[in-house]
Amino acid sequence: MFQRIWSLIIKELLASARDPQTRWVVLFSPPFLLVIYAFAITQEISSVTLGVYTQDRGVEARELISRFEGSPTFEEILYLRRDADIAAAIDSRSVDLVLRIGPDFSRQLERGEPANVQLILDGRASNAAQILAGYSGRIVQDFNEDQATALGVPTLTKVVTRVWYNPNLDPLWSAVPALFAVLTAIVGFMVSALSIARERELGTFEQLLVSPLRPTEILIGKAVPALMIALASATAMLILGWLVLDVPLRGSLLLLYASMIIYLAAIIGIGLFISSLAATQQQAIIGLFIYMMPAVLLSGYATPVANMPDWLQALNESNPIMHFIVISKAVYMKDAPAELFFHHTWPMAVIAVVTLTAGAWLFRRRVS
Amino acid sequence: MPGPLIQIDQLSKRFDKGALAALDSVTAHVNAGEVTGLVGPDGAGKTTLLRLIAGLLVPSTGKITVNGLDPVTDSGAVHRIVSYMPQRFGLYEDLSVQENLTLYADLRSVLGSDREEAFERLLGFTGLAPFTNRLAGALSGGMKQKLGLACALIKKPDLLLLDEPSVGVDPISRRELWRMVYELVDQGIGVVWSTAYLDEAEQCARVLLLNEGALLYAGSPQDLTDRVAGRTYQIRHIDTDRREVLSEATKLATVIDGVIQGSRVRLVMAEGADPPNLAPLNAGLAAEISQIPPRFEDAFMDLIGGGFRATSPFANREDSAEHTMNQVVEARALTRRFGDFTAADNISFEVGRGEIFGLIGPNGAGKSTTFKMLCGLLQPSEGSARVVGLDLQNAPSKARGRIGYMAQKFSLYGDLSVQQNLDFFAGVYGLTGKSRKDAISQMIETFGFADRLDVNAMGLPLGYKQRLALACAVMHEPDVLFLDEPTSGVDPRTRREFWTHINAMVANGVTIMVTTHFLDEAEYCDRMALIYRSKMIASGSPDELKDRARASGMMDPTLEDAFIALVEQSDREREAG
Repeated sequence: MFQRIWSLIIKELLASARDPQTRWVVLFSPPFLLVIYAFAITQEISSVTLGVYTQDRGVEARELISRFEGSPTFEEILYLRRDADIAAAIDSRSVDLVLRIGPDFSRQLERGEPANVQLILDGRASNAAQILAGYSGRIVQDFNEDQATALGVPTLTKVVTRVWYNPNLDPLWSAVPALFAVLTAIVGFMVSALSIARERELGTFEQLLVSPLRPTEILIGKAVPALMIALASATAMLILGWLVLDVPLRGSLLLLYASMIIYLAAIIGIGLFISSLAATQQQAIIGLFIYMMPAVLLSGYATPVANMPDWLQALNESNPIMHFIVISKAVYMKDAPAELFFHHTWPMAVIAVVTLTAGAWLFRRRVS
Repeated sequence: MPGPLIQIDQLSKRFDKGALAALDSVTAHVNAGEVTGLVGPDGAGKTTLLRLIAGLLVPSTGKITVNGLDPVTDSGAVHRIVSYMPQRFGLYEDLSVQENLTLYADLRSVLGSDREEAFERLLGFTGLAPFTNRLAGALSGGMKQKLGLACALIKKPDLLLLDEPSVGVDPISRRELWRMVYELVDQGIGVVWSTAYLDEAEQCARVLLLNEGALLYAGSPQDLTDRVAGRTYQIRHIDTDRREVLSEATKLATVIDGVIQGSRVRLVMAEGADPPNLAPLNAGLAAEISQIPPRFEDAFMDLIGGGFRATSPFANREDSAEHTMNQVVEARALTRRFGDFTAADNISFEVGRGEIFGLIGPNGAGKSTTFKMLCGLLQPSEGSARVVGLDLQNAPSKARGRIGYMAQKFSLYGDLSVQQNLDFFAGVYGLTGKSRKDAISQMIETFGFADRLDVNAMGLPLGYKQRLALACAVMHEPDVLFLDEPTSGVDPRTRREFWTHINAMVANGVTIMVTTHFLDEAEYCDRMALIYRSKMIASGSPDELKDRARASGMMDPTLEDAFIALVEQSDREREAG
């Protein structure tokens, strides 16, 4: 029996290595994508154009504007002459945000009264708008403190920010762990979902079914090589993330790999399940995408899971990608305790057991 | 007299630079008002030539004109007079017969009363009128081809190109297709009918015989057949093993080609050679040899220099399997239902050791279902299937270990090398250690793979692919070898080589189960079961089946005649109640 499974494993690995398409799609493209995506989704806002409309020529107003000018974020400053120009400038995206200072700004500050400035942001790019609001807020806060000191008024509360785990808020640090989880899943899905469907299409599957191999043996012989290939691809991504993208890995590699094997077992279980339903590779791919789109969207890869409605969060417990993103982030950014691993691996283990059993069962049914 | 409909001049087509030419400087013509057969095995270049004529491919060198027009530069004008029916005609399986016709009428802009008239004519012509509401996907192979033909004829063409219209079509529907094509020819349409079945060539007015991209012969099939006139013989009343007689006969230098026809052996002699002396062939005392009319295939074999002559290495292979059981394959009241539909109904037979048993019947009649139940690919709803006494349901893995299986399309792993394919199948069949090494090296030696071990299976020539598939199926010395349409579309020489190996294995006590709709292949069987409408309507040796057709008044029936007679008889009995 082991002899038969072993032969099947060797064959699967050889077939993947010798087929140029599989070799490229499965082994080389995910690490490559990791690097491309990592740069593409960088959330840092650079080359921002700030529009300034001021009706005040006072010292304080000029001081505030010069602080904006001095910030490295705002690469270019566009002075607007009329109130009406603001709408046109935002509409045409010639500026990303507008700082508007009223005619009484300097006078009020000199009198020691509170004064307002207005920030107009472009809500069409809501993410960028939020970040720019944050930057601008900090500049105004610094300006405030200095004004207060100059007037001899003590500042009552001062916020001192320290960001843990990602002190410089480097977007790559938070993007790479999530990407790593998603790309590993894609490799596992692809290898497993296509393998049975491809053999069915080529007619070699019947050849396997008339051999002494039992359905469970075929399933193991298909799952193990898929696991090995996905692990190899994941290792390449880990090394790239560390060497090229410079993202530190703080947690236990051992725990990461242990939970990754369970993660991939769940992924491959789902892939083989889809594959045993499909008659052709095309059907397998369509089935895979129908599953993968929501699974990735709900995984916390793009939006926080905690913000989703309760029922969706409950449903998400059955989403292995969600669990592994938590683990991956924990390993990358902090040395997470073993309880966290356990908390997120057991649901994946359940998924793996259920899907692999269902796959074997379906398999036997489709045979007969 | 006007010039020919199609004129082909020094036409070549290469798909890749440096690759073998799919067509190599072919010069030929096709006349209007007759059927031109485009005959040759798979990969001979038939489809390429049809696509070039239809203007779907651009020639590498050379020229074609259709009615004086260039199919590439004048594609619009050519498409108006040419109808092309590809191998799998573009029927929409989820649309009904009527909806398919309407769609093609729309595409061809056949409108108004013309359209009504065309529908009526074509539905009558094809006999599809009762089925207009049936989904195209639910039609039988023969009916699909008829519907495809109807769609191609919506607008009456000057030239009709048919790419292997008889593939997957049972003999009865095949005869109807021919009748329809003759009617079209009578209306002055030029028809090009491509086929891998050499017996169809005899029905054409002219043939273009292609082999490996080269035109071997152009002219009337009769003229080609005449080149072997007086050189074809049949040995009858053999009371020894006819397979050994054939093997002995093909060792003679004067014998160009030999095949088994039921209990008889057919031989083609070299020019000027006398018929062989029967005594050294060990054919038995009652055996006699007589001259018979030649067939197109005899002439084809003569043209390409004869059949496969070497003896099979299997003939000398020592046989280590112990032969205890005599009933090697047993089907007991095998029944399989899919929902309301009974695909195989109460089928029983036994096959002994060293016997070749064929399952024949039209597509969809239940022969594949029965075949699959016997090799463990399908669970029977009722009844049981046994191989060497092992029930395929109770001991599937063990029973499957005694089976070898070779699928229609040589299911090998194309990306793996010859060596890797052999390694894999040896491992899957549980061969280990020394026995594995021995089995693999024996196969390499037997089939001459030594200098091709590192070649990917996909890149092997057809004959080698077939050998490798056979090697992988028999490496573990199975008691039974299952063959699913083993040589359909394969050129006659490779087919003879294949059967030489099979015959040698049979001599060593291997049992062969073969399913085929290709009746020439059925001639090799010792016994066969004819499956029709899910039931076994007849069984026996090829000669016994032919005798039953003779009983219904036919003079010298072929197996195909016998097949049709038996099916028609069954239809009559069913209608009678």
